[in-house]
Amino acid sequence: MTTSHPGSLLTAHDLRKAYGPTHALDGAEFSIHSGEVVAIMGPSGSGKSTLLHCLAGIVPPDSGSITYDGRELTKMSDAQRSALRRSEFGFVFQFGQLVPELTCVENVALPLRLNGASRKDAERTALGWMERLEVDDLKAKRPGEVSGGQGQRVAVARALVTGPRLLFADEPTGALDSLNGERVMELLTDAARSTNAAVVLVTHEARVAAYSDREIVVRDGKSRDVERAI
Amino acid sequence: MSIGHTLLGLLESGPRHGYDLKRAFDEKFGHDRPLHYGQVYSTMSRLLKHGLVEVDGIEAGGGPERKRYAITDAGITDVQRWLATPEKPEEYLQSTLYTKVVLALLTRRDAAEILDTQRAEHLRSMRILTDRKRKGDLADQLICDHALFHLEADLRWLELTAARLDKLSEAVTR
Ligand SMILES: Nc1ncnc2c1ncn2[C@@H]1O[C@H](COP(=O)(O)OP(=O)(O)OP(=O)(O)O)[C@@H](O)[C@H]1O
Ligand SMILES: [Mg+2]
Repeated sequence: MTTSHPGSLLTAHDLRKAYGPTHALDGAEFSIHSGEVVAIMGPSGSGKSTLLHCLAGIVPPDSGSITYDGRELTKMSDAQRSALRRSEFGFVFQFGQLVPELTCVENVALPLRLNGASRKDAERTALGWMERLEVDDLKAKRPGEVSGGQGQRVAVARALVTGPRLLFADEPTGALDSLNGERVMELLTDAARSTNAAVVLVTHEARVAAYSDREIVVRDGKSRDVERAI
Repeated sequence: MSIGHTLLGLLESGPRHGYDLKRAFDEKFGHDRPLHYGQVYSTMSRLLKHGLVEVDGIEAGGGPERKRYAITDAGITDVQRWLATPEKPEEYLQSTLYTKVVLALLTRRDAAEILDTQRAEHLRSMRILTDRKRKGDLADQLICDHALFHLEADLRWLELTAARLDKLSEAVTR
């Protein structure tokens, strides 16, 4: 079996990762194309977050290969991997992880600032994304002053502000009620589609997964990639 | 759904012709399944027979769709009673899915595979409904949400059953 998959943006093959005696990943397969939304589903503790962290180059797998855009992630240096994360990946987690001391627009602008953009340029682009996610009126507020659903939309704007090719979202609606969660999913997937970004979406909720194009199920650290099996 | 009660309810706002009733029904409730004219007429003649509607006028040109119907007091009472009576919650104890899983276990087939296949099929339906909901109006959203929540309930059952397959297998093959 080959490790690359024609047309895929990101492919993983036979990923293994153990934490002591726990086999968090035990032969996981994955692939995603540009512009595709793939849901990673499975019971609690099955290895979904571990898979996402490996795919994003945050956690190194014990063995297996991860190919991003023709490059082998596991063979890169730490510095190369974090440069890749900053420039090509975006992240949204269950709890927004916004910087509490900054205003919402400063939070969204932060990734651009870190990449060297001027404050004015960064905040203008940031505000554009906040408008798309319908939270531009919150620009001057701090994360502590907005609701969970609003904060999550701000976090999605921040994840998309650099124009990532790949967005990683781990339970992005996990802390929201269904109405807010679905609105976040709608805006997130619309925004990703409009920029042709691929989305890796970890969720155990079927109604959230229904916003994806296809799903990959993880059980006991094993996942099958249906596309690959065909 | 009770077509009779729905048509009666539509008449409460004023008399309507048969074709007008069908159009109003299709527009508001018939998303997937528009009524046949035949259904409208057989329903209306039943309602007439029971005194729940009366003929309020007939347009020139003939044909049953030219009849104009009006609701009677008895009809209004009937609608009120229908709306006030709760629906019996459906119990799915003898669901096909349960039967399939148990049968697979009894015959030593791969029950997990059956659950996986079913889950994929459920998700496929949920994707279609989600898409329709995104593109639709508020009525579409409400109808799709109802279906989505039911499919979700099924899926949760599938998940839970998948997690308990070993126990279930022990129980049914003992
Ligand atoms: N840093 C860690 N140290 C030790 N064990 C870990 C660590 N991260 C994950 N694990 C273990 O690996 C397994 C998989 O965990 P993971 O977080 O990937 O599951 P998950 O599918 O994301 O679950 P959930 O739906 O609850 O978020 C679990 O048994 C977990 O306890
Ligand atoms: Mg997790």
